[in-house]
Amino acid sequence: MALRQCAIYGKGGIGKSTTTQNLVAALAEAGKKVMIVGCDPKADSTRLILHSKAQTTVMHLAAEAGSVEDLELEDVLSVGYGDVKCVESGGPEPGVGCAGRGVITAINFLEEEGAYDEDLDFVFYDVLGDVVCGGFAMPIRENKAQEIYIVVSGEMMAMFAANNIAKGIVKYASSGGVRLAGLICNSRNTAREDELIEELARQLGTQMIHFVPRDNEVQRAEIRRMTVIEYNSKAKQADEYRALAQKVVDNKLFVVPTPLTMDALEEVMMSFGILEEEDESIVGKTAEELAAEAATA
Amino acid sequence: MATMTREETEALIQEVLEVYPEGARAERAKHLTANDQDVDKSSKCVTSNRKSLPGTMTIRGCAYAGSKGVVWGPIKDMIHISHGPVGCGQYSRAGRRNYYVGTTGVNTFGTMNFTSDFQEKDIVFGGDKKLTKLIEEVETLFPLNKGISVQSECPIGLIGDDIEAVSKKAAATLNKPVVPVRCEGFRGVSQSLGHHIANDAIRDHMLDKNTREGSPYDVAIIGDYNIGGDAWATRTILEEMGLNVVAQWSGDGTVEEMQNTPSVKLNLLHCYRSMNYISRHMEEKFGIPWMEYNFFGPTKIEESIRKIAAHFDETVQANAEKVIDKYKPLMQAIIDKYKPRLEGKKVMLYVGGLRPRHVIGAYEDLGMEVVGTGYEFGHNDDYDRTIKEMGNATLIYDDVTGYEFEEFVKKVKPDMIGSGIKEKYIFQKMGIPFRQMHSWDYSGPYHGYDGFAIFARDMDMTLNNPCWGKLKAPWKPSEESDAESAAA
Ligand SMILES: Nc1ncnc2c1ncn2[C@@H]1O[C@H](COP(=O)(O)OP(=O)(O)O)[C@@H](O)[C@H]1O
Ligand code: SF4
Ligand code: SF4
Ligand SMILES: [Mg+2]
Repeated sequence: MALRQCAIYGKGGIGKSTTTQNLVAALAEAGKKVMIVGCDPKADSTRLILHSKAQTTVMHLAAEAGSVEDLELEDVLSVGYGDVKCVESGGPEPGVGCAGRGVITAINFLEEEGAYDEDLDFVFYDVLGDVVCGGFAMPIRENKAQEIYIVVSGEMMAMFAANNIAKGIVKYASSGGVRLAGLICNSRNTAREDELIEELARQLGTQMIHFVPRDNEVQRAEIRRMTVIEYNSKAKQADEYRALAQKVVDNKLFVVPTPLTMDALEEVMMSFGILEEEDESIVGKTAEELAAEAATA
Repeated sequence: MATMTREETEALIQEVLEVYPEGARAERAKHLTANDQDVDKSSKCVTSNRKSLPGTMTIRGCAYAGSKGVVWGPIKDMIHISHGPVGCGQYSRAGRRNYYVGTTGVNTFGTMNFTSDFQEKDIVFGGDKKLTKLIEEVETLFPLNKGISVQSECPIGLIGDDIEAVSKKAAATLNKPVVPVRCEGFRGVSQSLGHHIANDAIRDHMLDKNTREGSPYDVAIIGDYNIGGDAWATRTILEEMGLNVVAQWSGDGTVEEMQNTPSVKLNLLHCYRSMNYISRHMEEKFGIPWMEYNFFGPTKIEESIRKIAAHFDETVQANAEKVIDKYKPLMQAIIDKYKPRLEGKKVMLYVGGLRPRHVIGAYEDLGMEVVGTGYEFGHNDDYDRTIKEMGNATLIYDDVTGYEFEEFVKKVKPDMIGSGIKEKYIFQKMGIPFRQMHSWDYSGPYHGYDGFAIFARDMDMTLNNPCWGKLKAPWKPSEESDAESAAA
């Protein structure tokens, strides 16, 4: 099987790291060889696989050693549950330096050092929520991830973010082979969430590849720094991640997305009642003005 | 070629523009013109200070070069940190030949390169801490420094290093000026914005410490970078006039001189482009008038001496005449010696700052004619000042491209070109005498009376060098016989 490189994007806090690691654990359980590359300075993309607080990152090690050229692959690569290989790119504290450059440096290093070896089946890039600059688009550039999964929920901001990410994919899709592979709905228990995300997926030209329910088993596993698959393999939630993993393995639907216009997106949300129709007559009016208007009416 | 008519010059411009694609042609056309002395505003005939066209070879530098290289770098008792990767500072180190007196590495630092030498990790994690450490080290190793400037290279603006905070803290600890300068190379269209940014940083950090009591004859030399000793040759004249030169900005300059400048009576501005901003500021804030002058060649020097003296009392005015009289015979001797060897020769210039207009008079003193000129990074006000200095129908080219310059030279066939290091070898290989007019080709000074003697000698030495007659291999047939054999 040829190496498949997948990147996971989505709004911050939506569940990218949790979902990625559980999905990867399920793949590993099914005998796949997988590597996770964390592309977020928070460096929390591998801790459930490694049972560690935070893996020592490429950039941190490079800073200690002097330069990234002084590092060896073994220094940055850790192996955890199910022989999953783990790397964290790392980066600065918020507000200083350039995290995007850290991602670029780390991925270049992995390539040069031959981290993407022959017998890997999957690489997953778990990328910081907002694609603020070119650095965080690194995983979807030429010869990197070809499949993008967007983690989303039925909440308004999560859907806005998903649509924006789809726009970014269009840009790179036109010059390379990167494709949108599906939306992963990580449930927030909002009303008619599955239908809503299916509709969003349809309009984006893709699929809702799986609906992952919200389940406290995830937190119980998390406080033990484990995936649900490893912590409680008999849990119902573990089966959800196995189902997701199987769908990813079987996935054939890779598309250039058709992002929605702002109006179209708002319309979808309104038709599901998560966004109210805008009342143009109140825009820009202060409370005082509105009160005065109400009094004269 | 004899002097060109307006029609010929315009036709030449059209011909050169011909090769460009339509968009580029329209854009470049605005930067090229045949001079018209009757035009009052240069903006009517030449566009300047615009972004260079991608794909053409421009000769411009960056904002960092304008700040670190031009304005700040020559302040000799400060340490100027090139904050960012090593190359920006290292490849430009000591290239401008700003002379100074002092013991390098002890109390002066002009030709040294200080850099935070960014590595990948500094980009990713930020360079603030490294900068703090670097300033501490500088203080330990070079305790006689009188201040520090932090010159931002490109990445600093991208990653948002808070150099202001670091500088402020360091300034308080060290009790000396530590000046953050946001002169990232990508800002603006040329080094010109770097001059402006550097001037603003001086305004904000260097002019609030004057303790000096002024005297009636105090002046400051502004915009003289002492290239090959220029400012010294200027200073001599001013002192002979009875003026007291308080500060040199910034060639051979010091922190204290700069801080004392608010005490002067008149600011004398040589390079208008790079320091008009601070001159205007000092006028507004401290009521110090400023005037432009030109110390290239005896004609302009005499004019300028009288103009300067007019700001002072009769004693100075009388001195001024004495100075002029004293040097007149010396200058005449130089002209008598070199003019016969240079008379009627045509020069094309392409430089920056003040030189595209300021050196014209010096060439004319030697009987030479400037038939084409242009600025790397001039603005409208520079061209306004140039129109009157240049003959009618001569070529004016702004931000000239490598291609245009070569084609102009091929057609105009000047006897000599004055431009920069990047142009030098191309034109020399074309067999045209060339002077490097940024660094004075490792010579100088060219300012003042002393400078003119050297200028005249250098022009003669270059133009009449016997090597130009030896460019043709003796076994190669001459051009005429080439044409004959082709016809046969
Ligand atoms: N399906 C789920 N059920 C319950 N909690 C979840 C689920 N998915 C994610 N979480 C919780 O949401 C929080 C944020 O998830 P995380 O994966 O860190 O988000 P991201 O990587 O997108 O920023 C985590 O603490 C995790 O426990
Ligand atoms: S936005 Fe991107 S490129 Fe800019 S500093 Fe942040 S991480 Fe670096
Ligand atoms: S453009 Fe930027 S990188 Fe280049 S010399 Fe200037 S400051 Fe340095
Ligand atoms: Mg995460």
